[in-house]
Amino acid sequence: MEKIQTNKQYQDYVDQKSPNSPILKNCFNAFWVGGLICSIGQLILDFCAYRGLNEETAGSICSIILIGISAFLTGLNLFNKIGKFAGAGTIVPITGFSNSIVSPAIEYKSEGYIMGVGAKMFTVAGPVLVYGISASILVGIVYLIFNTQSITLV
Amino acid sequence: MNEFFSSLNIMDYVWCFIVGGIICIIGQILIDKTKITSARILVLFVTAGAILGGLGIYQYIVDFAGAGATVPITGFGYNLAKGAIKGVSESGLLGAFTGGIRAAAGGIAAAVFFGYLASLIAKPKMKKQ
Amino acid sequence: MQKVGKQTIKFDNPPTILETASIVGPKEAQGPLSKYFDMLLEDEFWGEKTWEKAESKIIKEAVNMVITKSGLSADSIDYCFAGDLLNQCISSSFGLRELNIPYFGIFGACSTFVEGMILSSILAEGKAANNVLFAASSHFCSAEKQFRFPLELGNQRPPTSQWTVTGAGSAIISATGSGPYVTYATPGKIVDKGIKDANNMGAAMAPAAVDTLLTHFKDTGRNPSYYDAIISGDLGYIGKEIVIEMLQTYGYKVKSNYNDCGVLIFDKEKQDTHSGGSGCACCGTVFSGYLFNQMKAKKYKKILLIATGALTNATTSQQGESIPGIAHAAAIEI
Repeated sequence: MEKIQTNKQYQDYVDQKSPNSPILKNCFNAFWVGGLICSIGQLILDFCAYRGLNEETAGSICSIILIGISAFLTGLNLFNKIGKFAGAGTIVPITGFSNSIVSPAIEYKSEGYIMGVGAKMFTVAGPVLVYGISASILVGIVYLIFNTQSITLV
Repeated sequence: MNEFFSSLNIMDYVWCFIVGGIICIIGQILIDKTKITSARILVLFVTAGAILGGLGIYQYIVDFAGAGATVPITGFGYNLAKGAIKGVSESGLLGAFTGGIRAAAGGIAAAVFFGYLASLIAKPKMKKQ
Repeated sequence: MQKVGKQTIKFDNPPTILETASIVGPKEAQGPLSKYFDMLLEDEFWGEKTWEKAESKIIKEAVNMVITKSGLSADSIDYCFAGDLLNQCISSSFGLRELNIPYFGIFGACSTFVEGMILSSILAEGKAANNVLFAASSHFCSAEKQFRFPLELGNQRPPTSQWTVTGAGSAIISATGSGPYVTYATPGKIVDKGIKDANNMGAAMAPAAVDTLLTHFKDTGRNPSYYDAIISGDLGYIGKEIVIEMLQTYGYKVKSNYNDCGVLIFDKEKQDTHSGGSGCACCGTVFSGYLFNQMKAKKYKKILLIATGALTNATTSQQGESIPGIAHAAAIEI
């Protein structure tokens, strides 16, 4: 090995020294856990449809149930164990959104219910709401512009 | 209940499982290869879902995979965008602002409420591993 | 006391490390060094309501314990140095507020323990004090909360990440005594090689350790083989390998007698700690528990303890700044 002089050399050397995440194993676990969560969602949707509820109501009920289950598992200190195993398999579904709201709420309880729970609840998931809502408003405005000029985009 | 289970179409579940799983794999590859944090992944996915939803592309995936497309956080973005578009067609510009959240209200409210409930009951605990 | 070479202090009447004490959390208690620690906790809260209070209690009790073990009265301790990782070093200042000993809060990130040792030795050798106490603490849960994510968040830890040690180490330096003596100290410079990955602290700190080690060898004229053991603070597996390989490019072979507290404290396979332990308590407890014990038993006669620190916080890493590293070395001999 040569003497390391520049930061670039050191960064390259560190990259080569650092072990990579076991990506195949992680992807496999993410795939089946993620797929399973979605299938549970599908079961809820189908059951709602079977009971004669419309698509929109079914979608809301499905989200609420999945969010409720992951909030419950987070509260039991179990979600992080599943998350450690499944990685993106639990982060990417709506369960991850729920976990990212519930986990800081529990962690910052020690700073009180107003500035702790109330304010810190959104430290991880806040950006999701900010970007999701902003993007949807932009989509709406773009749609409005194209629609009034009678160019159908959708 | 038996009647309900016999009404289910197994292929719906196969595609739901596969598409949902693949969306998660994309997230996993991003986490492992780019070292971006999970919060950034969620933002990326929700924005992508909203844009694809606005372009009408995500609708095809939803039609094909059902919950496999709506349960991932991309589906949350899609739902917001779909709501905004619906809002616009019903009440114009105002709808762009109200439509998105209206469509996603159940999920957002549930997460906030359950988060608060959990904080009342649960206590943080050391990760064992 | 005199300066030798570029940045090393030689103690002419070397102060003695009179006594040490260590308290560790449950995970450390399951590790390979378990039997050397003075006290093993069964739960991370230790009866307190918050992680911060728990950490304060740990450092407070570690300090009380070293005073009791030394047989000195608290009045005969002239000054104390303490530090930790929480903002404004609150674990130390809250933990020691009832101690009634003149107090210096110090921050050197995970290098704090040896920073305290060097400063204490200087006071003792300079006749400003007869007995000086120093301590350092860290807590996995309070550190995760402050630097990373809530504990309940279901994310994965990358293989380069390290596990913050829960615990505290404390020691008393005495101007007179029969050893082990602090004979040389090489305070380190801040070294930043541009590493930005907060999940790879070992790699961020390793260049600082290399810099301090090279300077120490040059200043003292000693070779690595002079020491029975050269022990770094919390470089972990990746940082340890980097130090070995980088020192080799300068012609120093340290592989046989060099190890790292972060490597020693956990069983990597069984405990799933990835690149090893970290935190102020990593070096603090491994020295106070294991190494001091080995020196008392004369298994090690000359060691070079080099604690490493990553001088970063959550704000700077969000702002995309790189991570400056530091390493302080102290030669301890009997």
